[in-house]
Amino acid sequence: MAELLLKDVEKAYGEVKVLKDINLDIKTGELIVFVGPSGCGKSTLLRMIAGLEKITGGDFSIDGVRMNDVPPAQRGIAMVFQSYALYPHMTVRDNMSFALKIAKKSPEEIRAAVDKAARILQLTPYLDRLPKALSGGQRQRVAIGRSIVRDPKVYLFDEPLSNLDAALRVATRIEIAQLKEAMPNSTMVYVTHDQVEAMTLASRIVVLAGGGISQVGSPLELYERPENEFVAQFIGSPSMNLMTGEVVETGEITTVRLDNGGLARSAVPTIASDTGQKVKIGVRPEDFIETTGEAIFTGDVEITEALGEVTLLYFKKQGDGHQVVGKLPGIRSELRRTTVSLTADPKKVHLFANGRSLLYR
Amino acid sequence: MNPALQAVITIGLGVGGCLVYFYGSNLFLDKVLYPPRGPNAGRNINRANMIRPWLFLFPAIVLLGLYLAYPVVATLWLSLNKQVGTGSEFVGFANYAQMMSEEKFWESMQNNMVWLVVVPAMSTAFGLLAAQLTDRIKWGNIAKSLIFMPMAISFVGASVIWKLVYDSRDAAVAQIGALNAVWMKFEGGIWSVLFLRVLPVVLLLAFAAAVAWVAWGMVRVVLQSDRAVGGLEKLARGLGALVGLWLVYVALSWAFGAVRADLPYGVPQQFLTIPYWNNFFLMAVLIWIQTGFAMVILSAALRGVPEDTIEAAIIDGANPFQVFFKIKVPQIMGTIVVVWTTITITVLKVFDIVLAMTNGQFQTQVLANYMYDKLFRAGDWGVGSASAMVIMLLVMPILVWNVYNARKEMR
Repeated sequence: MAELLLKDVEKAYGEVKVLKDINLDIKTGELIVFVGPSGCGKSTLLRMIAGLEKITGGDFSIDGVRMNDVPPAQRGIAMVFQSYALYPHMTVRDNMSFALKIAKKSPEEIRAAVDKAARILQLTPYLDRLPKALSGGQRQRVAIGRSIVRDPKVYLFDEPLSNLDAALRVATRIEIAQLKEAMPNSTMVYVTHDQVEAMTLASRIVVLAGGGISQVGSPLELYERPENEFVAQFIGSPSMNLMTGEVVETGEITTVRLDNGGLARSAVPTIASDTGQKVKIGVRPEDFIETTGEAIFTGDVEITEALGEVTLLYFKKQGDGHQVVGKLPGIRSELRRTTVSLTADPKKVHLFANGRSLLYR
Repeated sequence: MNPALQAVITIGLGVGGCLVYFYGSNLFLDKVLYPPRGPNAGRNINRANMIRPWLFLFPAIVLLGLYLAYPVVATLWLSLNKQVGTGSEFVGFANYAQMMSEEKFWESMQNNMVWLVVVPAMSTAFGLLAAQLTDRIKWGNIAKSLIFMPMAISFVGASVIWKLVYDSRDAAVAQIGALNAVWMKFEGGIWSVLFLRVLPVVLLLAFAAAVAWVAWGMVRVVLQSDRAVGGLEKLARGLGALVGLWLVYVALSWAFGAVRADLPYGVPQQFLTIPYWNNFFLMAVLIWIQTGFAMVILSAALRGVPEDTIEAAIIDGANPFQVFFKIKVPQIMGTIVVVWTTITITVLKVFDIVLAMTNGQFQTQVLANYMYDKLFRAGDWGVGSASAMVIMLLVMPILVWNVYNARKEMR
């Protein structure tokens, strides 16, 4: 049981503020994922929650107790590091019991806790091995086991899967999801730059960019209703196509005349005064539909990538250097070097002005 | 000819000779002996590549054989012979027997053993301490340079410096030796009691307590743990505990002595002539020198400890001491062993310091100086060579272990 509250939290190195105005309310049992491009401060924020980095401004509390100056060990948190950070000179059992030994728990208690964690993580046969005799996935499980034995209020994961190969990453991701199922009352904070991890694991995703929070929401909220251009382009792969244009008709359905000659209809409502405003429309590659009639975009397909269930169409670059990407169902390799017209369901057409979604004004 | 010119010519000849040898021999191998062409080109390339390493090793093997292997054999032979007039006569182990019967040899052996324990232990401990502390302060690099500086001083130079530290003058004039200058400040008042009785007693009791705790830790595993303990480990742990007990006894008797001792206040001391203790005054010189070496190596090793493991330990609740002793030190144990054994080898060969400071008088003799005494002062080649063989036998196992550990570290 743990609620985390971050209020106006900021981190400054000297004059440079790398994080500012971080306001976040994490509820018991949530799995919060921090995503963002590298250098956005997501790991720093996690380390501030862990107590490894000093919080230079604002308040951070767990269950209503201010934690800014509480040493890491007393915060009731456990952390899984990207590099696992296992103690190389200790066996798996010693690695997992270290924290309990430091806390002066009785040997029977330690043994019971370690055995239980090892059973959950299927590490029992490896308890007497040194970390160097384990595979990457096993090491990762030991690192998680080291957290479990402490029975913390909050689990912190710092890019725990990025050192694993692709197949193992998927397997371990599912294991973490199962672990979360098994411990519905523990709060988890998870840092990653992999949006698949974010989308599959999170109860809520926090998108960090430029030292602040860009948007907080459930994975589907972020996918379907991004608040700004950054989130729109960050979530989803390949990322959302943005095209500039001018509002020509307002109302429940907004019509936008695009600079490339296309015409887009969006279900985002606008008011009469919006007429003539410069906007950007956003369409995800997978939302494009082939058309012979009125099109949002018409262009020459340069490259096709047939992935089996879908085919990616890469169009010739626009004048502004932006490359439109479409994703059509089935194998459509024959479209290469042809001209294709695309449109989309108005409900799937996003509308941005000055970088912000018009849905949220 | 000017000696400087000769030196330049020698260097030129040496380097040029090397170039000519390596280039010429490889050229001969590739062009004349096994040229990579004709019907046997593939076989020739393989053969040439099998021979090539030996071409490069050849000069080193010959020179090392001439300057290291041959002298060892020759020394062994000399140690089994006795000089008779201008010739020599095979006497078997008579030289060794004579050496064993000499009191001075056993004094050297005993002193060497004390050196062997004290100097590597203290140098490594101080080096580790300095490495850890200097890493955490702003002016750490300056401190490091200062601690490392003695490494640049020759052993004889260092001895001269420390001889001045231990120097004594008549009580009536100012003392130039730092130690005596401090000593003359004590006159038997409250500060004297505090510094010369209370402080040593407290330190010794603390040391005794620490050793007792470690010894208890060694046996506790055997007595209490449910872990199966092998016979050899039991023996090692038992021996370790016994050594610990002996150290506790020594520390306690010293503490008792420090309370009881009748200190000659106001009289300048000839520190290098006080039997037994003067050994430690000599050891201080080598510790002073070797601490820098240990610090540099261990500092690099400490920096190699992954930051993540330290942070994980902090989150696990370890305090700075626990982080240092349970996380950092075990991870650099391999390096500590290499440093320790490297210093041990230096210590076994210690010669210059003793020669320059006491020349083995006042019961400070060590094996290397004993050998020098016999070989070059007494002119007794037989016994001198025998003592040289003893030093080599003592160094050998440590050297093997050192190389083994160093190679393990490199992997």
